[in-house]
Amino acid sequence: MAKFLRINMTTQTATYEDAPAKYALMAGRYLTSTLVADQVPPSAHPLGPNNKIILAPGWATGTSAPTSARISIGAKSPLTGGIKESNAGTGFGQQMARMEIQAIIVEGFPTTPGKFWGVHITQNGATFFPADEYAGKGNYEAWRKIIERFGKKADVMGVGVAGEKRMTNAGICFNDMQGRASRYAGRGGLGAVVGSKGLKFIVIDDTGAPPLRPIADKDLFMQGQKKLTQAIRTHDITKPKGGLNTYGTAVLVNLLNEAGGFPTRNFSSGRFEGAPKIAGEAIFEGNKQRLGKELYNHACSPGCIIQCSNVWHDEKGQEAASCLEYESVWSLGANCGIDSLDDAGELVRLCNDIGLDTIEAGVTLAVAMEAGLAKFGDGKAAIKLMHEIAQGTPLGHILGNGAAFTGRAFGVIRVPTVKGQGLPAYEPRAVKGIGVTYATSPMGADHTAGYTIAPEILGVSGKQDPLALGGKAALSKGFQTATAFIDSTGHCLFIAFPILDIGSGFEGMIEEAAGVLGVQWTAADVTRIGEEILRTERKFNEAAGFTKKDDRLPEFMKYEPLPPHNVVYDVTDEELDSVYKDM
Amino acid sequence: MIQVRVRLYATLRAYASQQKLGEPQIVQLPDGATVKQLIAALGIPDNIVRKVFSQGRAVEEDHVLRDGEDIGMFPPVAGG
Ligand code: SF4
Repeated sequence: MAKFLRINMTTQTATYEDAPAKYALMAGRYLTSTLVADQVPPSAHPLGPNNKIILAPGWATGTSAPTSARISIGAKSPLTGGIKESNAGTGFGQQMARMEIQAIIVEGFPTTPGKFWGVHITQNGATFFPADEYAGKGNYEAWRKIIERFGKKADVMGVGVAGEKRMTNAGICFNDMQGRASRYAGRGGLGAVVGSKGLKFIVIDDTGAPPLRPIADKDLFMQGQKKLTQAIRTHDITKPKGGLNTYGTAVLVNLLNEAGGFPTRNFSSGRFEGAPKIAGEAIFEGNKQRLGKELYNHACSPGCIIQCSNVWHDEKGQEAASCLEYESVWSLGANCGIDSLDDAGELVRLCNDIGLDTIEAGVTLAVAMEAGLAKFGDGKAAIKLMHEIAQGTPLGHILGNGAAFTGRAFGVIRVPTVKGQGLPAYEPRAVKGIGVTYATSPMGADHTAGYTIAPEILGVSGKQDPLALGGKAALSKGFQTATAFIDSTGHCLFIAFPILDIGSGFEGMIEEAAGVLGVQWTAADVTRIGEEILRTERKFNEAAGFTKKDDRLPEFMKYEPLPPHNVVYDVTDEELDSVYKDM
Repeated sequence: MIQVRVRLYATLRAYASQQKLGEPQIVQLPDGATVKQLIAALGIPDNIVRKVFSQGRAVEEDHVLRDGEDIGMFPPVAGG
């Protein structure tokens, strides 16, 4: 019988309860968003006693399905003020699923401010332990110590100094397969919610649990798994030594740069002259030169057959940072005018160590540069600003609260945020459809919420002209809906590339989920469930005070033409509003 | 004859004569040559090139090249 684990931070107690029947068919984002909507008052202060943190593995997580180790985390976001779902690839969710813990609900409020706790979950129950000795330290050291203490089998969720200090750019950190504190449910400041509850870590070790989670209809599940695996293994993008495995996600740097949609120096241009120096090709070549051999990418989490995660090495061939993904080399590179992988790598390492979302951190640094706190392109000055955050200086607190907060503190007008969350690495003026997703997603500016880049830029799932108007609302709506379902499966979103092109792969994903649950689902259920999730999230946001005005891109994008195409954002407000009109 | 400036990315770099990242190589082609002919001239097998950009715009294989055009080419790639 699936159960919920309630972790009460007021009383330092952890109790299991049978999961109510209403939630029986829910997992991942479906479950976390529904539980947040049911249990958190929309008016709650995100860092106050009435917010909760919900963790849930996806349907396929903890099975033998490929690339299915995502954990979904939900709460009211202190960054956006709306509902938030953020997910990460880690063994943590697999251990939860094998222990048949459908969700962990962290609630309550500490009675002793400044004190931090850890929770250790095993087959014998969940126990609290004082965690003050790990507070105030960098995440690499803290994770090393905690894994030393609880053993290599343990997976650890936790927050860094940014979360402890309740900064609204604090992410939630998980270890990767080598125990590095490097896998983040980064977006939306959920680390601050964890910190506000006096929670430093949750450590999970399922020793004694069955090797796989229970599956209701094994034949259907295996049929689905086979189809999905086949699709991933044959698609050019996800196959072994294909694009993602060789160059990582940063292979997109040159592509977006060629397309004129690579946001540069705080969204003032769509082209960066230093792009080739920070691209996936440069990471591959740089590592090869420094290590004397070719280095292919690795899995961030157990069971991933796509394996896009990388490590950057320094001049001595020592590990410098992991992972240099597209979003991170963009935000901490091009967006700050920085063209050195060593500087961008150090900034990534610092984000991981302090416990920050790399996207928001880079968008914030660029706004700070716009404000004159450092010069664009000055990597060393950017690194210094990051240390301000680590030290918790007053300036550090401003920067640690994200781009919108920093922009307001320094009177900057060009602040690229929607619903208070920094825009990711695709310029909406040059790629219109992704702008619809940024504007209308309940998550705030988030590319993963509806990745129209696939047809607009990559030529996956058809071809669309990124600069053309018309049909972009429908395109975004379709992607947002399908994504809400994929975020519930526990699969990494990157399975979208093969399954959008290979129909049997898409069927396989549905059959896996249906097999786990023992139901019969078709593509119609993907739409039905996806829309239900989006409606739930949207309703929460409306009750929290969001209106149409919040579904808009920053104003400067409507009047500042973006080189090289010299275009403004010209999707009409009516079209933006049409995405959720009849949902 | 026309001259175009070509940048090859990701796995297409195996077909590049210019090995410096991001630097274009110059290719000479007969007047009226298309992208398809350019791909052949570079020795790249069919069906490997997924996206071709000219001055920031995606173009297809039947696109007729002009003298001095800037071209970027990619195999299937993706990220997030
Ligand atoms: S595809 Fe990349 S991000 Fe996704 S699970 Fe695999 S290694 Fe992690």
